[in-house]
Amino acid sequence: MNAEVRAIKTPAEQALHNAYEGARAALPGKGELAAMREEAFKRFDAKGLPHRRVEEWKYTDLRALMRDALPLAAPPDAAGKSKAKDAGKVFASVDCRRLVFVDGAFVAELSDLTAELGLTIGSMAVALAKGDALVAAHVGKVFETEDAAVALNTALMGDGAVIHVSAATVLARPIHLVFASGETPSSGFIRSLIVVEKGARAIIAESHESSASQVNCALELVIGDNAQVDYFKATQTRGLHVASLLLTVGAKAQFNTFALNSDASLVRNQSFVRFAGEGSTGGLRGVNLLRGKDHVDTTMQIEHAAGHCASREQFKSVLDDQSHNVFQGKIVVKPHAQKTDTKMMTRALLLSDEAEADNKPELEIFADDVVCGHGATAGALDPGLKFYLMSRGIDDKQAEALLIQAFIGETVEEIAHEGFREAIMTAALSWLEARG
Amino acid sequence: MSLLEIKNLHVEVEDKKILNGLNLTIEKGQVAAIMGPNGSGKSTLSYVLAGKDAYNITEGDILLDGESILELAPDERAAKGIFLAFQYPVEVPGVATMTFLRTALNAQRKLRGEGEYSTPDFIKLVRETSAKLGVSQEHLRRAVNVGFSGGEKKRNEILQMAILQPRLAILDETDSGLDIDALKTVSEGVNRLRSPERSMIVITHYQRLLNYIVPDVVHVMSKGRVVKSGGKELALELEAKGYAQYADEAA
Repeated sequence: MNAEVRAIKTPAEQALHNAYEGARAALPGKGELAAMREEAFKRFDAKGLPHRRVEEWKYTDLRALMRDALPLAAPPDAAGKSKAKDAGKVFASVDCRRLVFVDGAFVAELSDLTAELGLTIGSMAVALAKGDALVAAHVGKVFETEDAAVALNTALMGDGAVIHVSAATVLARPIHLVFASGETPSSGFIRSLIVVEKGARAIIAESHESSASQVNCALELVIGDNAQVDYFKATQTRGLHVASLLLTVGAKAQFNTFALNSDASLVRNQSFVRFAGEGSTGGLRGVNLLRGKDHVDTTMQIEHAAGHCASREQFKSVLDDQSHNVFQGKIVVKPHAQKTDTKMMTRALLLSDEAEADNKPELEIFADDVVCGHGATAGALDPGLKFYLMSRGIDDKQAEALLIQAFIGETVEEIAHEGFREAIMTAALSWLEARG
Repeated sequence: MSLLEIKNLHVEVEDKKILNGLNLTIEKGQVAAIMGPNGSGKSTLSYVLAGKDAYNITEGDILLDGESILELAPDERAAKGIFLAFQYPVEVPGVATMTFLRTALNAQRKLRGEGEYSTPDFIKLVRETSAKLGVSQEHLRRAVNVGFSGGEKKRNEILQMAILQPRLAILDETDSGLDIDALKTVSEGVNRLRSPERSMIVITHYQRLLNYIVPDVVHVMSKGRVVKSGGKELALELEAKGYAQYADEAA
């Protein structure tokens, strides 16, 4: 008998339960997909929202943080669509194909659907409803996990993007998934699938902005052999934002992800990455800029299931006021994944005595011929550096700004794409300027 | 009026007394050498002049042009023309040397109510100045002092001084860690900046540097105060006899 004794549901858990029961019949997808939803919901419902006694969620206690669950988002109205035209400013300086979503729903008339050879774009809701083959083959299967947030997403997934880049296609422009929110705060369950086939090259960007909505989004990303993918995610949300990246990479492929969280009040960015083929390289990087009571949690599980792969993880966080940053990075090297080369670094810069940074790097190595390193630091600005700058005539605030810029610059500089590098640096600098 | 007057200065660090009633006057255009054994308070004096916190001034005053600078922050002192060439210049990763120089120069000019340098004028100024000091363009592109050798760091300090054009330059053991060729280059750079409008305080252990930067006056420090002052021949006398004779005078 292993039934878990559960306390009475919290108001948020009850609301999610009711939302699922109420929406179940109308949620897109039949047969296997409906069974997958049902199974995922049961898994979630049995354990409830993750809380501090769940190791992976120790520092982001969703059960305590979510007082209530907002009603599921209604289809976007004219006002919401109109507002969305200006969304995604963070990457506006880069020439991208824009795909616009309002409260999670794909808005075709705001999206750039110009035809491009080798590229297929669709809505997840439509794909689920018609039992699309690509979706049936991959959704829920890219990286299987017991994670509660992913389970909840699978149970309630509504709309999102389905993108297919066929073999050897080099996309002419980056794709920018613009996630905007309407006037009414709501909860949204966004599911996207991106499949980049053998030898193809794609740059995908994603931006999220909302005032008070509760967003649970998941992206399943499949990177084929010899493919190259760059993925950028900017989150500037004032509600609750839980994002899961589920990624499988083939052989001799290359990918880089970069996450920017600035002025985001409550974020959990979790990545589940599997190196499934030999000879691939991957970089996961990010910059978090927190103030007020912002809480940003970056959690990742990187699984090296094949040998001769290299991964680099580098995260920098700047914390002001009473903000709280969490970094949990787990690297798992499977028994046959020899010659794995990993290096994980996380650094937090504390600008206030009341800010808190929790860094938890973890290594689980089952192979014997690997190079795996990790490091974590948390500290204040170096007063010696600050004095040096000030002794040359630079004032207190400007000296701090230069040093903060240098701190995050080290990671931002790793972005190969000039346009995105500058866009992210510009967003970081505007955060710094607002600091006054 | 003297450029700088230090009057009866008492300074403590973590309750330890470092400067003990120091008096020192620097005239306009004067190059003054300050010599003394380890622990006599030379470096503390340089940091206190530049405005580093963590030093507790318990008594006395520092006057620049007859006005106290004790309440001024380091950047305000820099704008008034005080420049400290650090004994150990710090590395500033991520901040390019050019950005740093330009931010500093324009910040000082702004505080003085002067206009900012235009980009072409600034680049020209840095090119010309760095060429004279043998600082390569490659160094200017790198982050401030990162990966520089000891000699390169010292040269970078003099480059900053040449660009910022201070009225009072404090050179804190600029000779330490330099080989003879680097010492010559750095000294030549300093000598080019000698002018009736610029005073210098040259802090050193050894007479050697003073062969290249010939001082107008030499002050000897011991136990946190100036115990003897004289002409440049005083440096030679110290070199011959050592500091032992001054050990008790300050007690």
